[in-house]
Order: sequence, then C-alpha cells, then structure tokens
Amino acid sequence: MTTLLEVSGVSVTFDGFRAINNLSISIGEPELRAVIGPNGAGKTTFMDIITGKTKPDSGHVLWGEKSLNLLGMSESRIAREGIGRKFQKPTVFEAQTVRENLAMALRNDRGPFDVLFYKRSQRDSTRILELAEEIGLLDQLARKAGELSHGQKQWLEIGMLLAQDPRLLLVDEPAAGMTPAEREQTTDLLKRAAETRAVVVVEHDMEFVRRLNCKVTVLHEGSVLAEGSLDHVTKNPEVIEVYLGR
Amino acid sequence: MTRTPLFANRSVLIVLLVLALFTVFVTLASQATGFGWISTSFVKTLGKTLCLCLIAIAMDVVWGYCGILSLGHFAFFGIGGYAVGMWLMYARTEQIVAGSLAGQALPATPEEISAAIGTQIFGVVGSSEFPPIWAFAHSLPLQLLAVVIVPGLLALVFGWLAFRSRVTGVYLSILTQAMTLALALYLFQNDSGLRGNNGLSGLQNIPGLDAWGQDWISIVFFWASALALGLGYLLFSWVVSGKMGSVIRAIRDDEARVRFLGYHVESYKLFVFTITAMVAAVAGALYYPQAGIINPAEIAPIASIYLAVWVAIGGRGRLYGAAIGAVFVSLASSWFTGGGAPDIDLGFYKLVWTDWWLVLLGLSFVAVTLFFPQGIGGLFDFVAVKRQGDFGPDDGSWRSEEGEAK
Ligand SMILES: Nc1ncnc2c1ncn2[C@@H]1O[C@H](COP(=O)(O)OP(=O)(O)OP(=O)(O)O)[C@@H](O)[C@H]1O
Ligand SMILES: [Mg+2]
Repeated sequence: MTTLLEVSGVSVTFDGFRAINNLSISIGEPELRAVIGPNGAGKTTFMDIITGKTKPDSGHVLWGEKSLNLLGMSESRIAREGIGRKFQKPTVFEAQTVRENLAMALRNDRGPFDVLFYKRSQRDSTRILELAEEIGLLDQLARKAGELSHGQKQWLEIGMLLAQDPRLLLVDEPAAGMTPAEREQTTDLLKRAAETRAVVVVEHDMEFVRRLNCKVTVLHEGSVLAEGSLDHVTKNPEVIEVYLGR
Repeated sequence: MTRTPLFANRSVLIVLLVLALFTVFVTLASQATGFGWISTSFVKTLGKTLCLCLIAIAMDVVWGYCGILSLGHFAFFGIGGYAVGMWLMYARTEQIVAGSLAGQALPATPEEISAAIGTQIFGVVGSSEFPPIWAFAHSLPLQLLAVVIVPGLLALVFGWLAFRSRVTGVYLSILTQAMTLALALYLFQNDSGLRGNNGLSGLQNIPGLDAWGQDWISIVFFWASALALGLGYLLFSWVVSGKMGSVIRAIRDDEARVRFLGYHVESYKLFVFTITAMVAAVAGALYYPQAGIINPAEIAPIASIYLAVWVAIGGRGRLYGAAIGAVFVSLASSWFTGGGAPDIDLGFYKLVWTDWWLVLLGLSFVAVTLFFPQGIGGLFDFVAVKRQGDFGPDDGSWRSEEGEAK
C-alpha cells in the first residue's frame, strides 16, 4: 500500500470559526478508511478541501506518485485527476434520466468538443448496464432521477461515482435514508471498490462502520482525535466522551 | 436506439417540415415568384420574423438550456447587421459616385472616388474621412467574415472574463446588459465611425442587383432567412441533444456538481455563449437588409429584454417554443403598435393599443412566468402525450422512452 493522498497541517476558518484545525490524514492505495465524529466535526469540510470546494488557510494536500499539490487546482481538474465524490445530501441531476446521469459520469474525455462529438460506444453502453445492475437500478434507467426514492438517489450517486472510475472515492454518509438491507449492500459495494482503490467513507452509523471492518479516523473540532481499528478507537476515553458517550 | 439522438427527437423533423411548407407557401404567394397574394413589404416582414426566430432559438440555447440569462444577444445581432450594412452602404455609394463622376472630362482618380464616397456616407456626421473600421468595407467576403468573427471574438473575450470569475445569475445578466448598453452608447456617438444615431441606411438596395427589383430581393432574402433558420435549428438541436445537451442542462441545474464530475464548466458556458452569439449575428446580418436601416437604438438593452420575453412566453428549454414565442410576440407587437388592433372605448377611457400594448405584453409575461412556465410550447405536450398512448394508471408517470420499449 502506497500513500495516495497526504493531507498535512490543514486549517480552515469560516468567519473566525476554525472548522478544520491543523488536520493531518494520509490515505493509502488501496485502502478503505472510515471517518467518524460528532456533528460539525469538520468531516464534510475535509472533503470540501480535498475536492477544491473550500480553499484552506494553511497546510498542504499532496496527491499521487508525483505529489501534486491539489490546493492550486480547480474542482474539475481535481476530479479529472481521479478524485470522485458523493455528497451528504444526494445530488443527482433530477431532470435527467438515470442513464443520462450515469453517461455523464462515465470516464471519458471531458472537453466541450470531445463531448460535442461524442458517439456512444458499445463499451460505454455495456458499462452503463453493468453499473445499473450493480446499483440495482437496471429497470429504472429511463426514469428521471427526480422520480427515484431517496435511497435510490443515493445509489445512483454511488453509481455515478463508480462510473468516473476514480482512484480515490470520497463518500459522505452513503447509508442515510437506506433500509438495513440496502445498507448491507452498500458496505459490500464499498468494500469491493476498496480492493483496488482508496475509499474514504464518512458515516455516523456505528453498525455500518463496524461492517466496513477498516481503519477508523475520529475527527473532533477539526482535527484527528484518534485513529486505528474500530475497537481501538471506541475504547479511547476521549472518543467516548465527545462522540460515543452522548 | 438505432436512430441518432437528433432525429429521435421528432420535433426537429416537424419543425423543418413546417418551415419548408411555409417557405413554399410564401414563394407561391409572393409578387416575384408566385401569384402576388401578399405584398413585397409583407414578404420582408415574414423574412425578418424568421431572423427573429433564429436569434430566439439561440437565446433559448444560452438561457433555456444553459441557464445563462444573457441580456446582450441583440448586441451581437446588431453587430452582424452593421457588418453587412457597411459593405451594402459602401458598395452602393461607390456605384452612385462612380456614375456621377463618369460624366467628367477627366476620369476620376481612385482618391477622388474614395473622397466622394466618404463625403456621401459621412456627410451627415460632418466628416468625409473613412474611419479605420471601414478598412474592409469594400470587400463583401471580408465583411461577411466580420459578421461571425467580430461578435464571436467579443463573446469569447467577454464570456471568458465573466465566466472565469464565476459571475452567475442576476449579476451576469446585469453584466451582459451593461455590455449592450456600452456598445449602444458608443455607436450613438457621431465619431464612432458608424454614423452615430443616423445608423446605416438604404440597406435594402443590394449593389449589383439593381435589375432585380425589391419583389425579387425580398423573396431571395426570405429564402436565405428560412435556410438560415433551418440550419440554425439543426445546429442547435444537435448541440442540445446527446451528451452535450446533457452536460449543458446539468450546468443549468447545478453547475457546482458538474465541476465535481470533472467538467470544466466555464469552457462549456463559453462555447455556448460564443456559438449562440455568432448565430445571433448571422440572424442580424440577414435581418437588416430586409429592414433597410440599422441604427444604435436597435442595440439598446430593451431589445435583448424583449428577446428574453419571447423565449419565456414561447417556452424555455424547447427550441420550437422559442421560435413560436418570437413569431407570436413580434407579429402581435406589430399588429398592436401598427394600429391593427381596434381601440376599445370604455366610456370613461379610450384604450389605445399603441399605448397599452407594452402593458399587455408585460402582464402576459408575468402571467406566463407565474402560471404557465412551460409557455406556449407547453401546449404541445398535451398533443404529444396523447399520441404516446396511455400506459395505465401505474405507468402514468413513466416516460415515452419506456412506453416504446414495451
Ligand atoms: N461554508 C461554511 N461557512 C461557514 N461555516 C461552515 C461552512 N461549512 C461548514 N461550516 C461549519 O464548519 C463546521 C464543520 O462542518 P462540517 O459540515 O464539515 O461538519 P460535519 O462533520 O460534516 O458534520 P455533520 O456530521 O453534521 O455532517 C460546522 O460547524 C459548520 O457549521
Ligand atoms: Mg457532513
């Protein structure tokens, strides 16, 4: 396992409020990592920083073998580097069909003229079917994404994430709004994805995290409180105090 | 699935068919090529209306599909008109001047001819010098190139500056409007080199075609406008279909999300803004020879606001809706303001439509926006739904694509 993403000494302040405080995390490839922590701990902001949505006040975010600095890049460039993201609130293009949503996410050239002259290939069609099968939306391909249930939208967004074929998947609360059976499927899917890539999952549901069976990072007030196996961190008195004890 | 996405969209074929039938009908009805049922000036009105349809579908692509409410596309339309107008005016004046100097004992030198043309054209603004922007006015091909290149470059530079700094929504609209206003104010100046508020005139006289007469010229321009509209419709249908259309609509609905998928949103907006500006300019270049005159008032921001009103009333996000809006509102406008609509005597007050038309238009705009956001084009959905058949109570919310698959 080599280091894919290296976040070091990052701080972010919103109107004087320090949401991320000297945060350092490193993610390997392949690796499955769970990030937990109380509301407002900075989990989503951590993903915002990596994906270029939020610019930190200080620190470094280095990526890949060449240690590229992600902080100077635009959101779209970071995505093209191979970082995909699923948002906390499912964000799919509701006015478009499931197929169109997946097709847009498929890993292909992203320039305007590439897209203008794009011809749907057999390979892409097959890939869309595979993905739809994997996320259980095979019979919904022609439906508008806006008509799907909350859980199905979550699935669709996960499907779009896989379609991008990223090296690093950032997944923010994937299980929200899912039935227990769906949650189980989601853990399986994430574990499978993490066999070949880096996957970072933010989740509140402890059962879900337990099933992921991976290294856990506990965030609190914008920095790492504890890191290790789930059993290890849940025995940590500080973690119990700020997160589990409540 | 074997059909290309463009022609999978039945509306494209229907629109082209309607346009072709309309062209045949007008040809048969015109003075020059048909039975003379309609006047030459009405042929020109129809030709101009087709040009307005063309800029309306361009506006629909940039606003209805891509979500950029540009209040500047009539500036590009006007630039197209000016570019072609410069050649028309130059070449025609050259003919006249050459004719009047031909009677002289000594043949006129090129300098004399040029000075005489300059005096003819710029006399109204107290000048006789050719300003630098007229450098290519003698050449039709160069001015035709300018029709697309100048607005294209302006849109490219303006769009690059605006989109790069992520100006969106109402701020972007204000910015585009400011651009239009600045251009109009500049052109209003006498020393702008384009004859100030006199504008360019006599554009209906096409140099070299004196033998033709306006009846022929009007129908030829009508054909050209119909052809341009047909090609523009095909072009934009292609752009907004398939994956490109998908990305463009996604940018309209949630541009931040599109960025996280790896698309450089600004490039897409720039592409759409520029290509629609160029098509708008082509529409303007065909419009003004039929109108005969262009002046800076045509570029005033109100024109671009009208354009947005047409598209909203016709129905955003469907190309034929925009075209219908342009036809409907511009013809209604000339009917009401041209005294065609009978005044209404309310006893205590006489409703004169030439005064009240704008109020009526404004109210319709508000009403459409509030109560019928699909616009006139939305009416076609009822027809379309009927044709697809009923997929039963459970499938009622399903889409046509699924219906066919069964
Ligand atoms: N754009 C912003 N402007 C101001 N404050 C912000 C902004 N984004 C986040 N914050 C604040 O930063 C803190 C961390 O927020 P963040 O969304 O990262 O928490 P989280 O760990 O994802 O919480 P949750 O579990 O509720 O999703 C919160 O207090 C939040 O209010
Ligand atoms: Mg969060």
